[in-house]
Amino acid sequence: MTDGLVDFTMPSLGSDMEAGTLVEWLVRPRDKVKRGDIVAVVETQKGAIEIEVFEDGEIAEILVEPGQKVPVGTPLARVRKGVPASAAAEAVAAAAAPPPPRAPAPEPKVVAPRRKEGRVLASPAARELARSLGVDLAKIEGSGPGGAIVRADIVGRATAPEEKKPIGLDLAAMREAISAAMARSKREIPHYYLQHQIDVTPSEEWLARTNAGRQPADRLLFAVVAMKAVALALKRFPQFNGFWREGKFEPAAAVHVGLAIAIRGGGLAAPALHDVDRLSLDELMTRLRDLVPRMRAGRIRGSEMADATITVSSLGERGVEALFGVIYPPQVALVGFGTIVRRPWLTENEVRARSVVTITLAADHRVSDGHAGALFLDEIGKLVQEPEKL
Amino acid sequence: MNETEIRAIFLQELGNIAPEMDLQRLDAYADLREALDIDSMDLLNLMTALHRRLGVNIPELDYPKLMNLDGALRYLGDRLK
Repeated sequence: MTDGLVDFTMPSLGSDMEAGTLVEWLVRPRDKVKRGDIVAVVETQKGAIEIEVFEDGEIAEILVEPGQKVPVGTPLARVRKGVPASAAAEAVAAAAAPPPPRAPAPEPKVVAPRRKEGRVLASPAARELARSLGVDLAKIEGSGPGGAIVRADIVGRATAPEEKKPIGLDLAAMREAISAAMARSKREIPHYYLQHQIDVTPSEEWLARTNAGRQPADRLLFAVVAMKAVALALKRFPQFNGFWREGKFEPAAAVHVGLAIAIRGGGLAAPALHDVDRLSLDELMTRLRDLVPRMRAGRIRGSEMADATITVSSLGERGVEALFGVIYPPQVALVGFGTIVRRPWLTENEVRARSVVTITLAADHRVSDGHAGALFLDEIGKLVQEPEKL
Repeated sequence: MNETEIRAIFLQELGNIAPEMDLQRLDAYADLREALDIDSMDLLNLMTALHRRLGVNIPELDYPKLMNLDGALRYLGDRLK
């Protein structure tokens, strides 16, 4: 067991990022941290991003103050590794998981918040919950130690009408980031494109049947069927999942699907849903419902921004039947789903009205060829038609 | 619940989905998806919010009846009678 000091550095949140501005620390020296804890907020071209720590330990020293802009790789803080994660820290992690049916979860004392100038007294778990729900902490009265806001104070508020403003999003900077990434993609990646039309009537009917017995909060969207189908097809066609780096293809072991999300007012981002191949459709839907509003409000975690292994883009009900994507470097493929349309379709020698979707593939010719691409698209098409097996 | 209250809640929830739109000027018969640029996820969030706030569980088959302001208020008014 080591208890040495390690640097916590400004992460690269995309191949186009060179520097970031530290906006806020969510920890102070001597705070215990666990791998995956969100410890700071960094402003990048893509908006304010929450940064996770990758070691268990204790914050030894803060090196960069809020407001400073530093290059990628600059040490932001030192973490003393191997300090046994305190029970308190574990309690926080447990509290951050979806709450069980409201057992009186004791709010940990050790990380009980301290007052800081201009800052509301709140536990880290409460802070995270408030952020994910878009609740303003300043408007809540705390019932925890010293009047601190705890999770229970927020759960009741989440249903109250809240103000929603895109906070951490700078659309001009986002436009710049898109232009840099897309120009690089078109300059460097030899794209090829394929399209495949399939009848998704059975899939739509299955969704309608499934959703008919559910409350709105538990309903599924076609988007999760599409993403899961892509993720499972990638298991058979790994040459579309991974990165092109330094002149060669690095396949990715996990399937993290970047979902292209349009930002109101203009702009686009593709944060990652992790391990899509291993999630059920219901789990995926829960993640999607969490991710989309956070993305639109500009609250995205560093790991979600940086590590998608493929992108899926869907034009929802925007009326366009097919899209030909520009690959997001260093990824090597993008799968597009057009609008589902009603069309005359030949089944068993009879023309019938069916729901049809056009699936497209943009892929990197340095890594794969059209033949493999065609088989990959065909596999996605088959999987989409049998959502009950996903 | 009266018509004014239903209208206020409906517009508030629409506003949560499309915060930059001036909903006071929304045409009562305009298709909401087009007028407010709403996608399937927005629509589902709207239905979830209406269920939470009004207690009306709107089945997917009824979504088309709520696709403009006039239709939505009439539908919700009927369900809350």
